[in-house]
Amino acid sequence: MTKLRLLLTASAVVMALGAATSAQAARGSDGELKILYWQAVSILNPYLSGGTKDLHGSSMVIEPLARYDEKGNMVPELVDEIPTVENGGVSKDLKSITWKISKGIKWSDGTDFTAEDVAFTADYCLAPDGGCQQRAYFSDVTKVEAIDPLTVKVTFGVAKPFPYGPFVGSQSPILQKAQFKDCMGPKAPECTDANFHPHGTGPFRVTEFKPNDVISFEANPYYRVADEPHFATAVLKGGGDAASAARAVLETGEYDYAWNLQVEPEILAQMAQAGKGVIVSSFGTQVERLEVNPYDASAAAGDARSTKQAGPNPALSDPAVRKALSIAIDRDLLVEAGYGEAGRSTCNFVPAPDIYASTKNNWCLKQDIAGANKLLDDAGWVMGSDGVRTKGDARLSLIFQTSTNSVRQGSQALIKQMWQQIGVETELRNTDPSVFFGGDPASPDTFQKFYSDVEMYTNNFDGTDPEKYLAGRTCERIPSPENGWLGENISRYCDPAYDKLAAKLAGTGKLADRAEIAKEMNDMLIEAGTMIPLIHRGDVSARAANLDGVRMNSWDSQLWNVASWSRKK
Amino acid sequence: MTDASQPDMQLETLPQERSRAMQLWGRFRDHKGGIIGAAVFLIIIIAVTIGPYIHTIDPQFLDIRSKNQGPSMLHPFGTDNLGRDMLAQVLAGGRLSLSVGMVAMALSLFLGTVVGLLSGYIKWLDGPLMRLTDLFLALPLLPLLLVIIMLFRETLRAIFGPETGIFILIVFVIGITSWMHTARIVRGDVLSIKNQEFILAAKSGGTREYNIILRHLLPNVMSSIMVSATLGIATAIITESALSFLGLGFPSDFPTWGRLLYDGANFLQITPSRVLWPGLAISLTVLSVNYMGDAFRDALDPHKVKH
Amino acid sequence: MLNYTLRRLMFAIPTLLVISFIIFALLDLAPNDPTGNLPLTIPPEVREQIRQSLGLGDPFLIRYLKWLHQFFVNEPLNILSQITGADIFESADRLRIRSWATRSPVVDLIVQRMPQTLWVVGMSYVVGILIAIPIGIISAHKQYSIFDQLGTFVSMIGFSVPTFFTGVLLIVIFSVKLHWFPSIYDTNHKVTDWSSLVFQIRQMFLPVMVLALYNTSQISRFVRASMLENLNQDYVRTARAKGVKEKTILLVHVLRNSLIPVVTVIALGVPTVFSGAIITEQIFRVNGLGQLLITSIQGGDIPVVQTLTFIFAVLIVLFNLIADVLYGVLDPRIRYD
Repeated sequence: MTKLRLLLTASAVVMALGAATSAQAARGSDGELKILYWQAVSILNPYLSGGTKDLHGSSMVIEPLARYDEKGNMVPELVDEIPTVENGGVSKDLKSITWKISKGIKWSDGTDFTAEDVAFTADYCLAPDGGCQQRAYFSDVTKVEAIDPLTVKVTFGVAKPFPYGPFVGSQSPILQKAQFKDCMGPKAPECTDANFHPHGTGPFRVTEFKPNDVISFEANPYYRVADEPHFATAVLKGGGDAASAARAVLETGEYDYAWNLQVEPEILAQMAQAGKGVIVSSFGTQVERLEVNPYDASAAAGDARSTKQAGPNPALSDPAVRKALSIAIDRDLLVEAGYGEAGRSTCNFVPAPDIYASTKNNWCLKQDIAGANKLLDDAGWVMGSDGVRTKGDARLSLIFQTSTNSVRQGSQALIKQMWQQIGVETELRNTDPSVFFGGDPASPDTFQKFYSDVEMYTNNFDGTDPEKYLAGRTCERIPSPENGWLGENISRYCDPAYDKLAAKLAGTGKLADRAEIAKEMNDMLIEAGTMIPLIHRGDVSARAANLDGVRMNSWDSQLWNVASWSRKK
Repeated sequence: MTDASQPDMQLETLPQERSRAMQLWGRFRDHKGGIIGAAVFLIIIIAVTIGPYIHTIDPQFLDIRSKNQGPSMLHPFGTDNLGRDMLAQVLAGGRLSLSVGMVAMALSLFLGTVVGLLSGYIKWLDGPLMRLTDLFLALPLLPLLLVIIMLFRETLRAIFGPETGIFILIVFVIGITSWMHTARIVRGDVLSIKNQEFILAAKSGGTREYNIILRHLLPNVMSSIMVSATLGIATAIITESALSFLGLGFPSDFPTWGRLLYDGANFLQITPSRVLWPGLAISLTVLSVNYMGDAFRDALDPHKVKH
Repeated sequence: MLNYTLRRLMFAIPTLLVISFIIFALLDLAPNDPTGNLPLTIPPEVREQIRQSLGLGDPFLIRYLKWLHQFFVNEPLNILSQITGADIFESADRLRIRSWATRSPVVDLIVQRMPQTLWVVGMSYVVGILIAIPIGIISAHKQYSIFDQLGTFVSMIGFSVPTFFTGVLLIVIFSVKLHWFPSIYDTNHKVTDWSSLVFQIRQMFLPVMVLALYNTSQISRFVRASMLENLNQDYVRTARAKGVKEKTILLVHVLRNSLIPVVTVIALGVPTVFSGAIITEQIFRVNGLGQLLITSIQGGDIPVVQTLTFIFAVLIVLFNLIADVLYGVLDPRIRYD
């Protein structure tokens, strides 16, 4: 572990030095850039596929008006500045935002980039029957209009304290109107050529696209920065698994950059010893958590299973049990075994950005088996002869479900043993991720149905604003048979006071006030024990030792600044 | 033959059967490879059955401080990345893998042989049975598994408990998805044998159909079945690991050989013993079954005359 | 025999229709979902809209008939007009079978992936057969010789150690330590001259080795067993008594009679070449049909899975028919009338 830390520190130093020396490289002077994504890119139109890999792939070609840098700050890309209330870009009533597009930006086919393209992009996503996957970014948008060729105004139906949804971040980049105008609504999937070879304003343009396999790029001759990108061509290869992707960068040196290497930390550390590459990581808002089921999830409950009608969960409805489960877990150990530098212990639902991160719940950071046992003793749970506590008919025997993934199965085993020490028996279950996260209402194994007592997975929010993420825990977001199990409130938490705060957050404009409300909501969730946060997860990738300019970013595409990547001379 | 003569016949055949078994055993004993194979197989079975009583470390116990260790006195096979003892895991895994391998192999062999014999010998069954085989060959395995698990896991868990329920499910799944090769091969053999003189002779001699199948056809297709059996055990053990890797097999805290090998593959350069032992265990099992199968086949071979 | 073949071909059509229906029903019943791999930040309502836009809202039977129409009418017409170069069938307006993940026509995807699958998986099968048959014959002829024992040992190890392990092992030895072969297959590589051919052979070497080891092991076992069976038959003894040369007995009489199980195994194996080698393709990133199938299954991409499996079913039915015909050629006593 210390070895890995050392490597990372070393890499940070190297990166800082590298950034200084590489600034002089000219466009296309550095040959070929080889990037490896073990999940292959399927399509380069993020509106038709919201998969992370597809967003990253398309971010090399098409760009939003503004995006997030590696610290989570918004930076202008195709505009001169970020509109705010202060500079008049956002209206006083928070119902509209006006973007001023920079002069002289061209598409990769040489035509001018105009406000019409921006307005068209909104129409494209909002067209009925198109199945636009980024529709949430355009929620409450009533109108997007091109005022003049370089000015575009977005109007919302309600006041938007955070109006940076549309056209910000890799999820909602701008499409070219000329290329996509015949691809609206139901015709969207039929424009294969446009979806595979979109014209963009980004540093690269596509020369060949093999879906789910490999994409070949060349430098965009019309890119707005004269000496960028430094690489003349690029390949984005896909397929395989995370461990072998890491090997191709760290050990054999066949590739320059490998994305999302969620493998056991000692494997990465051992590979990095070969010296061909370095491991890079960064943190966004991902939290690996345990959701705790307040309702009876046993098969005996029949159709009402895991809903309010099934009645309370015999074990987990007791707040003492929930708290004991949380403090019995040694989070640092989970980090050490499965995440290494890409994880930190956390007790928060919203772990970042810093202004939103609460410190009130840090009691959970320290494992306290004795304390947990005492809590259970006091609550009347009696240790049985088989090492499992009981209270009346209820037995502390839990089904613990998660998706299939070797790191998660390791964490499951560790948690099982920790809970054993406080008299809790655990049956482990793992489900194929495409089923677990698939949401098929006919399947009993989806995470929304929650036919188990405890389940573990990761969730996060895009960008830096947690409003929607927190609103996902209101009463109306509880998945149930009535709403077809659609809803984010997996732990079925319901508190009118919380709902009120959520409404208040939606109407508050000042950042400091928003942060206060968000923290309060976060603390309510944790205090109720409805969810047990475990690990604030980062992203881990690997880059070749001679690749400069990589600024690992968890707030946007990891390839957000690929234009300024260069080969160390 | 009339029904009245049946009891007499049984009385007659009893001693005959016994001497036949003795004869078989005598021939089996002469086969050196078979004896060694049987010995190794027996050792493996004894090891996984009584091993855990001698090496008493709990295979599930995590000791994170002693993770990724090489072989030592305390952990003869080393430990894995969560500090579990590998020897204990290999022993515990052997119980599951061997039983899954044997039972699933037996099931698939039985299904395959029955379908193959019937469709090869009985003309009007050939079409339907072979089209059924085609169907099973064409079914995509993964979605099939997902559906089976979705439909039956809860029911079986409720009846037999989590461990046995999953065991039955896995054995069933592997059995019904791997019999097709055996069926096709047995059928091909039967087609070529059934027109040979000795079968025709038996037929014209008035031997009953099922007797022809059991006494004359079956021994003659034994060599292919034996190969299928040895290959079948390996396939079953490895398929099980593929299943648990997909989250469809045993829960992650029940080690099996295939799973240990799968989990260990990425640790190849850190702790080679993690892959060495489970890999060796699978290979030895398959090899020993293969040699036993060879000896068994030689012993059964109707043409082999003792010199 | 011709009569039999024609009858079987006629019978194959309803069989395949039934198979396609069962596969479709199975995929429909399976609990994995096309939105399962999307980030959780996409809200549930949007997911529901995505499902609707993919046509999942239609009743099962309608979707099946649509697929059937697209597969049997639209796609063949499209291929026809591509070949003739003329748009005589108005195929531009016809709905093609489209993948849900990539939104491109499934047939195009398959065409794109054929070359690497044929190169790697097909080659490994050819290599496997070419090695396996001689090994099987020699092992049977010299039963329990050193060669036979060694062959048995190697092939049993080869079969019992799964490809997910041999693949990683070969990469660690030959790519990481020795730097002899690349660990990642380059699907953009085109063979134009001698040096590019050498590169192609180098990048194919590891995956072909892994698969060939497995195929050789399996086939050689069947050849050996079947040869042994036949070597003990009366006709061999008769031939020997008549003074026929041992070589002739072995290679003409015994081999011919021993090929029936071998033909069966090979006929069962050839369609699997088409379905690719899922694990090996993943490890070496060959990204052929096997990788297409597995990513589509995991991504709930039903049109791709359905089309691929159905083509696979056609091949299975076809090759099993070829095997049956070959039985008759190899052994004239086999009659189907």
